Amino acid sequence: MSAAAPSKSGFFDCRDSFAATIEALAEADPRIVTVVSDSVGSSKLGNFRKKFPDRMVNVGIAEQTLVAVGAGLANGGKVPFVSAASCFITGRALEQVKADIAYSNVNVKLIGQSSGVAYGELGPTHHSIEDLAWLRLFNNMKLIVPADPWQTAEAIKAAAAHDGPVFVRVSRMAVPALERPEGAKFEIGKAETLVEGTDATIIANGTMVHRAVAAAKTLAAEGISARVVNMATVNPLDEAVIASAAETGAIVTVEEHSVRGGLGGAVAEVVATTNPVPMRILGFPGFVPTGSAEWLFDHFGLNEAGIADAVRQTIARKK
Amino acid sequence: MTSTAPDLRNDQVAAIADKALWIRRRSFQMVYEAQQGHPGGDFSATDILATLYFGVLRYDPKKPRDPDRDRFVMSKGHCTGAFYSVLAAAGYFPEADLSTYMEPLSMLNGHPNRNYLPGVETNTGPLGHGLPVATGIAIAGQIDNADFRTFVLTGDGELQEGSNWEAALTCAHRKLENLTLIIDRNRLQQGARTEDTASLDPLDDKWRAFGWHVEMVDGHDHAQLLDVLSASPKGRGKPLCVIANTFKGKGVSYMHDNVAWHHGVPNKEQYEQAMRELV
Repeated sequence: MSAAAPSKSGFFDCRDSFAATIEALAEADPRIVTVVSDSVGSSKLGNFRKKFPDRMVNVGIAEQTLVAVGAGLANGGKVPFVSAASCFITGRALEQVKADIAYSNVNVKLIGQSSGVAYGELGPTHHSIEDLAWLRLFNNMKLIVPADPWQTAEAIKAAAAHDGPVFVRVSRMAVPALERPEGAKFEIGKAETLVEGTDATIIANGTMVHRAVAAAKTLAAEGISARVVNMATVNPLDEAVIASAAETGAIVTVEEHSVRGGLGGAVAEVVATTNPVPMRILGFPGFVPTGSAEWLFDHFGLNEAGIADAVRQTIARKK
Repeated sequence: MTSTAPDLRNDQVAAIADKALWIRRRSFQMVYEAQQGHPGGDFSATDILATLYFGVLRYDPKKPRDPDRDRFVMSKGHCTGAFYSVLAAAGYFPEADLSTYMEPLSMLNGHPNRNYLPGVETNTGPLGHGLPVATGIAIAGQIDNADFRTFVLTGDGELQEGSNWEAALTCAHRKLENLTLIIDRNRLQQGARTEDTASLDPLDDKWRAFGWHVEMVDGHDHAQLLDVLSASPKGRGKPLCVIANTFKGKGVSYMHDNVAWHHGVPNKEQYEQAMRELV
């Protein structure tokens, strides 16, 4: 079933961080429960089930009920983490996410697992490159796309601490731990600048962040100073960081998502209505052909070389 | 089935009948003044709602989020005339607020919003949402071994939504005896009879086959409703489905069992005639 890249040394599957964090949170807070749709293994919640058998609700392959049961559990005083493949928890249950969670404004955490094109060759039915565009319309729902194991753990803790609906998009794609300054903190709605730069800004999230950092290093060798911002929260956006990015005069966004309506669309809304500068949105154009996730990244230029090219071209459009 | 002494119980049934009459009159006034609404379904559900709020549910309108309250989920969220009227009658907000029904910025939206209005458990409107949410509430109670009960009222046409049957599996699988589904079986959906659209019969057999305990009642008989809804669920080991046989537009002659009154609104003569009949 898994089409994830083989894990290599120094690379991590962020689902492990999710699982370890939710187990630790559940130890401390008896209100925390998990809700799954036969998605125990794919959510890496097998250990949670062993530790807290009465605090896992498995509704079977029934995503509408999965999400609605989360809403009901919140009504009953629980803090439910509802976890399933991102393509199904969003697309299959979108009206439940809208009416039962967002519009009802309840304290439910939706965990979209194996998001983006992680399922590779299984194809667009199992890809989730539309989820952020759909969910971004629910203004009160926090949307977090963590980039590495540390940020995944922090995002899950922040989601538990926040009283209200949160969606955390978790990848099964192997990613390295990002280098951060000592004492780095995660806060919902705050972006982090990983590489300083003045000629252009790359705004990325999730699995694309480490690729953006690599591209900035390539560009630096050519004398191009590219800033890298990890915009882990897609809603609410860190508009101050976007305003600062616009001051570099060129912005390239990179995401494991459709180029329509995701991170790039969100950033473009801010840039176009405040300080228009040349922009490029990197992502997938729509349904993608057959290929592994890594092959798809390379095919659509979502890699070090492709991001660096996009930065050069966007800088060239500066007036 | 109920442990209440006979005299008290008769008083209670009479009081429920009074409330039901008030709800019918008040909700129809709301629909008349707003010139919008779903009065046919309001009237088929009225006796169920009156029985729940004045004979069955444990609640304190001053503490609408009390963790120990019984939950009522109005899955047929379009029938807000009756729902808002019963909430006002129960004391959740002043009756005068009912006159703002569907006005700009009113708390009384065409479909209920828990963030506007105390007493609303979840925002409904799209059909097939109430039972799955109520399932989650009942599971929370089951996990905590709490003694609150969860009730959900659906329409019958609404059961054509597949989400109900997903939830039905989970309710039976988890033996949610603390959950009661009431089906307002008026046999009419928006455009036609249910049996001429996507048949539901034999509806009782369907729920039994899904692992539920089923009771059939006259959904306009307060005593029957009171008996079946107030009976203790403890030890039943199954969720309860109450099929309440009703009539759309019950109480007003020209609306009775008439599909045109799903979302019909009365003119002045029709309104006045209804008020003469609803006494």
